[in-house]
Parts: sequence; C-alpha cells; structure tokens
Amino acid sequence: MLPDTSPRYPLLRVDYLVVLVYLILLVCGWFSICGATHEIGDTDFLDWSTRTGKQIVWIGLALAMAFVILMIDDKYYDTLSGLLYWSMMLVLLVTPFVAKDIKGSRSWVNLGFCNIQPAEFAKCVTALAVAKLCNQYGFTLSDMKQFARAAALILCPMVLIILQRETGSALVYLAFFLMFYREGMPGCFLFVAVAAVVYFVVGIRFADTPLPGTFTSVGEFVVLILIWLFTMGMLIVYHPRSRSAMLFLKVGSGALLASLMVSLFVVPFDVAWVLLALVLFMVLWLLWQWLGERVHTSLFIALFTLGSTAFLYTANFALNDVLEPHQRTRIQVLLGMNEDNRAAGYNVNQSKIAIGSGGLEGKGFMNGTQTKLRYVPEQDTDFIFCTVGEEQGFLGSAAVLLLFLTLILRLIYLAERQTSTFGRVYGYSVLSILLFHVFINIGMVMGLTPVIGIPLPFFSYGGSSLWGFTIMLFIFLRIDAGRKLKV
Amino acid sequence: MNKHFEIRKFVIGGVACGIVLIYLVRLFTLQLLSDDYKKNADSNAFRKEIQYPSRGLIYDRKGRILVYNEPSYNILVVMQEQRGIDTLDFCRTVGITKEEYIARMEEIKDPTKNTGYSRYTPQLFMSQIPAREFSLFREKLFRFKGFSVEKRNIRQYTSHMGAHILGDVGEINTRELEQDSLHYYQSGDYIGKLGVERSYEKQLRGEKGMRIMLRDVRGRTYGRYQNGKYDKQAVPGKNLTLGLDRDLQALAERLLEGKLGAIVAIEPKTGEILCMASSPSYDPRKMVGRERGRNHHLLEKDPMKPLLNRAIMGMYPPGSTFKITQALVGLQEGSIDPNVAFPCSHGFNYKGLHVGCHGHASPINLVPAIGTSCNSYFCWNLYRLLSNRAKYGSVQKAMTTWKDYMVAMGFGYRLGVDLPGERRGMIPNADYYDKAYKGSWNGLTVISISIGQGEVTATPLQIANLAATVANRGWFITPHVVRAVQDGRLDSLYYQRRYTGVDRRWYDYAAAGMRRAVTSGTCRGADLPGLEVCGKTGTAQNRGHDHSAFMGFAPMNDPRIAVAVYIENGGFGNVYGVPIGALIMEQYLHGKLSEASEKKAEQFRLRHIKYPDYAR
Repeated sequence: MLPDTSPRYPLLRVDYLVVLVYLILLVCGWFSICGATHEIGDTDFLDWSTRTGKQIVWIGLALAMAFVILMIDDKYYDTLSGLLYWSMMLVLLVTPFVAKDIKGSRSWVNLGFCNIQPAEFAKCVTALAVAKLCNQYGFTLSDMKQFARAAALILCPMVLIILQRETGSALVYLAFFLMFYREGMPGCFLFVAVAAVVYFVVGIRFADTPLPGTFTSVGEFVVLILIWLFTMGMLIVYHPRSRSAMLFLKVGSGALLASLMVSLFVVPFDVAWVLLALVLFMVLWLLWQWLGERVHTSLFIALFTLGSTAFLYTANFALNDVLEPHQRTRIQVLLGMNEDNRAAGYNVNQSKIAIGSGGLEGKGFMNGTQTKLRYVPEQDTDFIFCTVGEEQGFLGSAAVLLLFLTLILRLIYLAERQTSTFGRVYGYSVLSILLFHVFINIGMVMGLTPVIGIPLPFFSYGGSSLWGFTIMLFIFLRIDAGRKLKV
Repeated sequence: MNKHFEIRKFVIGGVACGIVLIYLVRLFTLQLLSDDYKKNADSNAFRKEIQYPSRGLIYDRKGRILVYNEPSYNILVVMQEQRGIDTLDFCRTVGITKEEYIARMEEIKDPTKNTGYSRYTPQLFMSQIPAREFSLFREKLFRFKGFSVEKRNIRQYTSHMGAHILGDVGEINTRELEQDSLHYYQSGDYIGKLGVERSYEKQLRGEKGMRIMLRDVRGRTYGRYQNGKYDKQAVPGKNLTLGLDRDLQALAERLLEGKLGAIVAIEPKTGEILCMASSPSYDPRKMVGRERGRNHHLLEKDPMKPLLNRAIMGMYPPGSTFKITQALVGLQEGSIDPNVAFPCSHGFNYKGLHVGCHGHASPINLVPAIGTSCNSYFCWNLYRLLSNRAKYGSVQKAMTTWKDYMVAMGFGYRLGVDLPGERRGMIPNADYYDKAYKGSWNGLTVISISIGQGEVTATPLQIANLAATVANRGWFITPHVVRAVQDGRLDSLYYQRRYTGVDRRWYDYAAAGMRRAVTSGTCRGADLPGLEVCGKTGTAQNRGHDHSAFMGFAPMNDPRIAVAVYIENGGFGNVYGVPIGALIMEQYLHGKLSEASEKKAEQFRLRHIKYPDYAR
C-alpha cells in the first residue's frame, strides 16, 4: 500500500504570501472605493446605503467564502467540476431571459437583496472543468481532437456570455490560451495572435501617413517589412541549416534600398510593390520547397506569409465596412486617430487626466478632484484605478501594479509546484485570468488597451466580481495546500 | 512531456513582468513627465470666481467727493446652456434689436475677437447696465436659460468738471493686455484710461480676490476647494485725495468756456495742483458705461480736440512769461546786473536786427524791465550771455549753459506730473541750432528765444511751475495732482525740492519785478486789494491772433498760490490772462469771489473767442 501523502492539516499549508497580498489588495480596494464614491460632505463610510458600506459587507462575505473553501476537501473540486460546469452553463443560458436590461446588458440576476452576475463565477467553474479534462490520462494538446474539446469547454461559456451582451467578460476567456500555451499548445498560435494585433495596429494607425519620397503609406510599408522579416525569421528557426534565408535577406534588402533610392531621387513610385514582389517570391520558393523537397513546415510558413498579407489588406476594409460605427470610433480613439475627447474618447481622456494629475505622491486620500467631482465615469467599478492614480500618485499606483505582479508570479510558482496536472492547469487558468483582467483594465484607464468593461480584481466595487475572484483564488490555494507531499 | 514545456513558465512570467514594466513606464510618463494633466484636472474641477474689489474713491483737497462707485450689472451667457430662449422677449427686456442680439452672439463665438472663448464658461454678453434698467431683466432672468448676471461697479462723478484730471475707466484693450506682464488683467476687466484713473490705476483698483469653487462634471458647484484655504480675499482700492480745490476747478472751467486754453494753479510750497482746467473739456459722466465707446469716439473726432489736456499737452510759446527765466539766468551768470540799464528805442536794434517793443522809459534796468516787459532788455541779456566768448569759449558752450538752467527750471523735459500724456515742451540746445543753421549762428540768430518766442515752447503747467519757483525763490516740488493716497505714501518725487541753481537773491529781484508789473506795469489788472500779487503777462506771437498768457503768484512774501493762464488767440496778456489769473487767485485766497469779481467772472464766461483755424 502506498503511503498516505495527503497532508494532515492542509489549512496550515495555505500559501500565506498569496493570502497576504490578497488581503492588502482588498484593503487598498476598499479605500479606493471610499475615494471614488465619497461625496463631499458625507462622513459615514460604513452606512449600508453607501457603496463603501456595502463593499464592507461584500468583503466580509468574501472572507467567509474563502474560509469555507479552505475547509472543504480539495478532492470535491475534481469530482464535482463536471456537474458544476454544466449547471453553470444552464444558469448562463437562462440568465438573459430572467435578467433585467442594465445598460444594454442582460447579465444581472436579481436575488432580492442584491444583484448577481453569474458570468463572474463561470470563469472559475470553466477553469475547473478544463483542468479536469487536461488531467485525464493520456490527454495531450498536440492531439487536435483533444485540443478542440478543451477549446469547446471555453467557447461554450464565451458564446453564452456574448448572448448576454457582455462582450468584455466573454473576451476574458481568451486568457485560457495562455494556460494552453504552458500546457503545450504550439507557440506559433500565440505568435500569430500577437502578429495579427501588431499588423492591425500599425497598418490602421499609419494607413494615411505617406512615407516620404514614395507613394506608399508608412503603415503598409512597415507591415510588409514585418511580414518579410517574420517569414525569414521562421525560415531560420525551422530550417536552421538552410542558407537561403540569409540569401533572401541580402538580396531583398539590396532591392529594397535600391527602389527606395530610385523613388526618392529619380521617380517616386509605390515601393510597396517591390516589397510585395519580395514576399511573393518567398512564398513561391516556400511552396516549391514543400512540393519539391517535401518540407512540410514550408507550407505553414507560406500560409503564414500569405495570411499575413491578406490580413493587412483586409484590416482596413474590415474597419471601415464591417465594424459598427461606434466600434470603429473606439478603435480609432484607442489608436490616437480620433481626437474627439468629448464623445468616444471622453472616458479615457478623463481617466488619463485623473491619473496624470496625481503626480508623484498623489493628491492625498479623498482629495482627488477628477474622481470626486465625477469627471471619470464608472469610477468605482471599471475605472477604479483612476482613484489610485489620482489620490496616491505614482508611488501608490506603482505599488498596486507591483502587488498584482507579485501575486501573479507567486501563483506561477505555486502552479508549477503542483503534483497533479489538475492543480497546475487550474492554477495557470487562475493566474492567466487575473493577468488578463489587470492587463486590460489598467491598460484601459491609461489609454493603452481598448475600453473593455471588465473589473479590476479585488478593487472594483461589486460583490459578484469580488466573490468570483475570491472563490477562484481560494480553490487554488486549497488545492495547493492539499497537494501531495513529496516522498 | 511536461518537463519540455516547463520552461514556458518563464515566458508567462516574462509576459507578466513585461506588461507591468510597460505600465510603470506609462504611469511615469503620465504622472511625472507632464504637467498638462494636472492643469487639465484643475481646469476641470476649479471654477475660479473672481472677486472684484471696489475701486478707490477720489476726493478733492477739502475732502469733498469727486468720483464714486455705483452698482451696474453685466449679463453673461454660457453658450452651451443657452437654448430655447424667447429671443424677442429677451431683446425687448434688455433693449436691443434682434439683429444686435445675433451680431453679439456671433462676436462672442468668434475666437479672433473673443480670445479664450469657451462654450462652457460664462461669456460677457452685455456690460454695464445701470441698476434702474436692470430690474426688469432680473425679474425675467429665470426664463433666459444660460444667462447670468454679475454685479460690477461703475464709476460715477459728482459733477461735470475735472474730466482731464479725473480721467475715466474702460474695458481693457488688447494692447493694454499685452503690456500687462504680471497678467493681472483679463479681457473684459476695467482699467483706468485717462487722468488720475490711469496714473493711479494700481492704487485705485485694489487687488482682485479669487474664490476657488469645486465644480462637478455637470457644472454644479460643490462648495469651496479645501474650505477656502487657497482663496484670496479681494483688497479694496485705495482712496485718493487730490490737491484739487473743487470750487477753484469749477471757476477755472467756467472762465474757459468758449475759449481754447488752460489754467493751472499750484500750491508753491507743496507742488500740489490746485486746479488744472483745459478747454474745451467734456462731461466725464458721459464717459461711463456702455456709452463710453461711442462718446469717446465723438470726442476723438472733434476738431477742437477736447480730449487733449492742454495744461500738460499743449506746447505753446511762453512769450514774455519766459523773460523771468532769462532775468534769472542773466543775473546768475552775470550778463546783467540789477542796477545796469539797457537802452530800448522802441525795441532792440543791433547790427541791423530789430526786435520791437512798446513805449516806455529808456534806458531801463531790471525791475522795471520785468514790470514793463521790455523786449530790448532781455535781448541784450541773451546776446551778452551767448557772445561772452571770454567766459564760455564758444556760442555752443554758452548755449549749453543757458539750456541747463532752463531744464533745471523745469522746461524742455517732462516735469513728471502724475498724469498720463505730459509733453516736454521745447528748449533748443546748441546741437539743434548747429543742425538748423549748419553751424553758423550766434546770439543774434536765436535772439527771439530770449522773449519766449521762436523755438521755445512750454506747457501751461511748466509756466505755472515757473511762477511757483519764483514764489519759492529758487526751488519747486514736482507738480502733482494727488495729495494723498489712503494708507500709502506718494512717490518721493513729490516731496523733494528741486533747486534751479539760481541764487535766492536773484529770485528776490524776479519777484520784485513781477510785483512791479502788477503795481505799475503790464498786469495792473491783477492787483487784488490787500494781497501782494506778483505777475507777469505774456503775449505770444502766433501765426494768427496772439496768445494771451499770464503767470503769477500771491501773496508775494507768503505765497499760497501760483497760477498760469494761457488763452489761445486771446490777444494781449492783459486781455484774458491777467483778469482770469486774478479771479483764480482771489477765489483761492478768499475762498470766494467778491460781488464785483463774480460779475467779471460771468462776463469772461460769456466772452467767447472765434477759432476759424479749427473749423477745418
């Protein structure tokens, strides 16, 4: 008989660093909500009618939930995950039919004493379900069929949440792909995603800026060069022994330089054609490699190159003809192409003003004018970080950022020390979701990422998101505490 | 398999670190590299309410009020909130036409005319509406959404006199705004434009206060920022007491009616200006409020130039009044001696040059020469001075010596009166004549300056100051209009005695000569029983009719008033200058005019002079 490797008092093995950071974030969050919601003249922070008073109750309940979770044996999470997942999907499916319309979204269910957003809890349940799937014997992401099953587990709540018109919350599920990457999903998937974002941003942003001396736009020129360089980079990575990449590089840069000179000093023309010809030549060579020499990776590289080029020329079309006008303006505002600070860019502009006016040490607790006088909308929920920036300044906001970083790095460490795939996958899911929230939310208030209405974990006002994150985090802490002892 | 992918934890950790690092850099640039966001937040949240101080009042030397404040109202409009207004009703209430309303709205929105225009802040729509016209608008204000009112003070004058001295206030113009290096003023503020209002602007205006109010995103006020910690209390303007005697000023203006000219009276001991009248004048009460612009424009176009303060801006040939300076410089430099007489055969005749004179005994020495205003005597004086090569070496050097005395006596440069726009007059120097005569000139060439003609010009203030200098026997205090500033001191310039460099004993001769002129000379009309009046007439030759001038002081040995009268085209000095000067002195020294004098004053008021030259 195997020795019992389960710890005897798992509660004592909880990772105190994470708990400590969690508590600090809760306290900082509550004070930020004080700063954001406090009206000049109010003195009572603990009254039930105020948001600060309510948040105290939500925090108390969250701590109670955390305690209960730590008391439950961790094996139940494994066994119950399927049941939990499907019940949650049912709840998500029903939600839009019973929910009231709040600002265009049907995601809030009225429980009488408070409103609950089921989507906030679905993340945790989905993470458990995916973790269980990955934990199955013989599961590997390199098997397309199994990868598809895992992806389906993620897509299902995404679609259901989009049906509730909560696109922001749905996008959070993309964070699972970071976990998949850790679990062995080919890195090129992430690379393609990043490349697509870069093409889109550069291509759209500089679509109308002419490159001096030519008829080419800066956006088109830069993106084509990137495609060309990426292709050669892939060639070097996948065929390190082939010398053709270097040859392409030399010939290509020579041709490019020559054409730029001609355009600049002799006859200005559209240099993009030269780049296109270079790219096309490489694609043809790659296809020939695949057909002639049976080098399969060449096909993928060729497809990447072709796809990238197609993406470049369709992005503009998509922006102008496929997207809704308000979505288009959001993108344009984000890229700094639309200066309309009174309309679409108003929120971000005001939140940047709030943060920027904080200076080094901030204006002091309760002294923020931007937030206090309601210049920043949604200041206690999605834009809560403004209050930190304005009242606590650079020092305070940097501290909050570093706290989040500490939490995430510690969770990576904890996830890596799991003895079961279940624990590791779940841990990575939790930290990926946290990272995504922090990345999008703080980036959004500083004007770096698109305005996607998702809360800042542990800071934003509201019970649902606080409870959702608490449950998710403490289930992982419980799994970590209950991991098998190394024999 | 898992081991193969374990290194990916570093990629994921790296991504997290990378994101946080980028965000820290972004925070750094937002919060520490630029001040703009802070300014932006402040302009969002703070509404700076300016507290306008009340402007200082102006009193005459006996504490009688001359200028005070009266409430008036400005109508402001916030374009953003201004909607759905019954324009017709509005126009009827404030008394404008619909076209004016539209034009005014366009003007407000035009950033070239209205710099700093914002749709969200109150913009000035109409200004300076008197309280009586305003009550109707106030009643209806609630109907005119976006409009608000602001109470401001408007200047008011107790009488029609003293326009040139008191000056007025008006809306600050672009040039004045540009010159305001301390950025105290904002467009729409009022600033002293003329007279004392301008020269004592700083003291009169006080200091604007500011209340910082918090304003939320909808423009609602949330009380004071930090309980008013950063607020600034408005400091009321200082009151001014002028040296002016209201009754004297009124008389002077009365006497000048229908004539062009100026009357200036100075208290010799202090340099305080007792009255300063310039004709034609205008009613300062018309330069108030909304009418100011139009009335000012009318005055500007008037060929008689009523805006010109002739007392300090009119540059006239001083004529014979200038002979006193010549006597003094001659005595000091020794070109004449009180007891040496010079011949006068109906004028000065030398080397074919003739300067005419009227009939009197000849030869003549100093005191009677002043008394009868003998041209010849003063021609001899200047000629001897300028041609004394033994003493000066050259005519140029002699001329420079002469000029220095004139300047020390207050001629040729601005005296420094505390009123804007003073002119300096003209005292030629050697360079001037070298240029004019290409170096070949001598005492005879320029002889006419010895009798206050030729190139020499002076303002009536400078002539009055000359009288004050003789009254003081050798010094003067820079003439000034303001006697005292509440809680403050005057410029030290207005305390210091300025000595002319001519000995007191020579001044005694000058005074004696001026006394002689009154007792038995050219200005017998100035003799006031019981008061030892000293005087000197002036008849300045002119292209048209001669100018009539007079300067004098009284009493001779304890002078309390020095006066200069200058009447354009008034003829001989004793026609207008002497009698008017006498009336001024009588009024000041007795506090009133005798019955006979009152009659005389009325006569002079009604004696108008025709000015065909100005009718162009």
